[in-house]
Amino acid sequence: MSPDLTVAIRGVSVQFHGVERHYRDSTALAGLDLAIEPGEFVALLGPSGCGKTTALRLLGGFDRPDAGTISVDGADVTTVPAHRRDMGMVFQAYSLFPNLTVADNVTFGLRIRRLAKAERVRRAQELLALVGLEGHGGRYPFELSGGQQQRVAIARALAIEPKVLLLDEPLSALDARVRTQLRGEIRSLQQRLGITTLFVTHDQSEALSMADRIGVLNAGRIEQFDTPENVYRHPATPFVAEFVGAMNRIRGRVGDRGEVLLLGQRVPYQAATGQHPAPGTLVDAMLRPEALEAVLDVAGPGEIVERTFLGSALRLRVALEPDTAVIVETSSSSDRLGVGARVGLRVLADRVTVTAPSAPSADSVASVAIPSAA
Amino acid sequence: MLPFAVIVVAFLGVPLYYVIHGAFSTNTGGFTLANFSAVFSHAQYLRALRNDAVLALWTSIGPAILGLWFAAAIVAGNPDGLLRRIVASASGVLAYFAGAPLAFAVIASYGTLGTVTVLINSLFHVNLTNTFSTASILGVGLTYFYFQIPLMVIFVTPALEGLRPEWEEAARNLGATRAQYLRRVAAPVLAPSVIAATLLLFGSAFSAYATALALDGGTIDIVPTQINLALSNNVIVGQTNVGEALGAEMILIVAVVMVLYWFVQRRAGRWLR
Repeated sequence: MSPDLTVAIRGVSVQFHGVERHYRDSTALAGLDLAIEPGEFVALLGPSGCGKTTALRLLGGFDRPDAGTISVDGADVTTVPAHRRDMGMVFQAYSLFPNLTVADNVTFGLRIRRLAKAERVRRAQELLALVGLEGHGGRYPFELSGGQQQRVAIARALAIEPKVLLLDEPLSALDARVRTQLRGEIRSLQQRLGITTLFVTHDQSEALSMADRIGVLNAGRIEQFDTPENVYRHPATPFVAEFVGAMNRIRGRVGDRGEVLLLGQRVPYQAATGQHPAPGTLVDAMLRPEALEAVLDVAGPGEIVERTFLGSALRLRVALEPDTAVIVETSSSSDRLGVGARVGLRVLADRVTVTAPSAPSADSVASVAIPSAA
Repeated sequence: MLPFAVIVVAFLGVPLYYVIHGAFSTNTGGFTLANFSAVFSHAQYLRALRNDAVLALWTSIGPAILGLWFAAAIVAGNPDGLLRRIVASASGVLAYFAGAPLAFAVIASYGTLGTVTVLINSLFHVNLTNTFSTASILGVGLTYFYFQIPLMVIFVTPALEGLRPEWEEAARNLGATRAQYLRRVAAPVLAPSVIAATLLLFGSAFSAYATALALDGGTIDIVPTQINLALSNNVIVGQTNVGEALGAEMILIVAVVMVLYWFVQRRAGRWLR
């Protein structure tokens, strides 16, 4: 890393106000409101087609909204063309210009801006050092690995000293090891430069580990915009609960002292809707697999029907009764927690989120959005 | 693999051997370089070579430009659109619509009594034959356009499809206008493929035999005419081996073109893979 960095980047604020984007037979964004603080790293997370890439492209100037406005540093940029927005974008993969060397790729934007050659060379050296690719300036993209190409793409995006860094699933085409490594590098680079960054991903582990705040998108709307910890621990909606991480839905009954009766325990709860249901009401409690503990008990109500070794943890599928099962994740490596063992279940969480019960016929495992190992 | 090898040997290897063997042989079967000496010393053969080279040049560059334009137009459109499918299919058929059938079609349309010639004459009282003849170098060249343009579309479409939309978006994102993107990225990336395709068109035009021969009937000075005259002993008896030397010289030039094509294509492939 270069100790005397001269790239001058200032974090700016970004606002989406009621942004809508409709296509012929679908709606990509249905009134997006999002305020990003200067220097903040925000991840937009959601399933395919939720509108996250559309939001990024609108901010980059590659598309225009049908309604609403986009502001950067207080200035309305809704109709400013892409080449005048000063945004640095890193694409999924293979976006380096194949006919140019690494150094020429990095300085492409500077050449367009007619910066003197000496200054371009100096800036290329500095940025390549920043992304750990000193001495690679004379190579062509096809001579680099996927991870190296993405590092060059980041250096190229930063070379123009952009107002905002846009990352469009930049790690999705890389193998797991490089992805994890680059994830950390991008985050530390962003923190070092203090550049406002919008990162689009469908990989929740990337979003959780990199972002200051995560916007979970569903059907063109933000379901929750909060810190990774709050999104994971206190999902605002059933969609967020089930999309981010694995989630069990376990049927319980609301007690009369602000608790829910669940697996034979009384557990304090919060309602997903904010409105507390009346005592006696049937609800579904949403519990992460690691918020449950399986305890060997020959008279216990559950039976382990599946056991998966994850390296640092064990994932157990525990059948409670016909058509009803929960997923438990434990750090225990006991061989006694094997398939066929009888177990009891304990709720470890000090508070659970409850929501209206799913259809009566549904079993108690609703979620199976398992975080990727990467 | 074996059936393919048999076909290649039977229809390419054996004729090639006889042409090259004949080019280096006397009428009695002895070795000689006199046939090539005749090719490079007689004015009519040199003139035919020059005419053929000029003809191949403009019938490769012209269709290359037009073919690139057409291909760019269809690639810019809907990938699953009707126009694209029609143009792709038509190019596949028309690129191989050469030789005697093409010559016949051109004569039947634009010949002295061709349907288009007669129609234009009757509608506009313009006699095309006063300014244009299918049995001229211009007529032969324009006829080559019929298969050269579709060939170019076939050759260059994959290269155009290889231009990633991300490159243009990345360039725009870095401040480039569309023109700057085209000049600094798209054109250099496409150049090797376009040059390679143009070389193939040059080879195709230079080695075209049947179309030219069927059109000109031996009246214009191009290599196919001279080969035909030599092989049929129409002008001077005993010139068969000179005809084969002319054929060998065509093969040599096409081989050189193919080697150049290979070198250029390697660069294109490196960028567009």
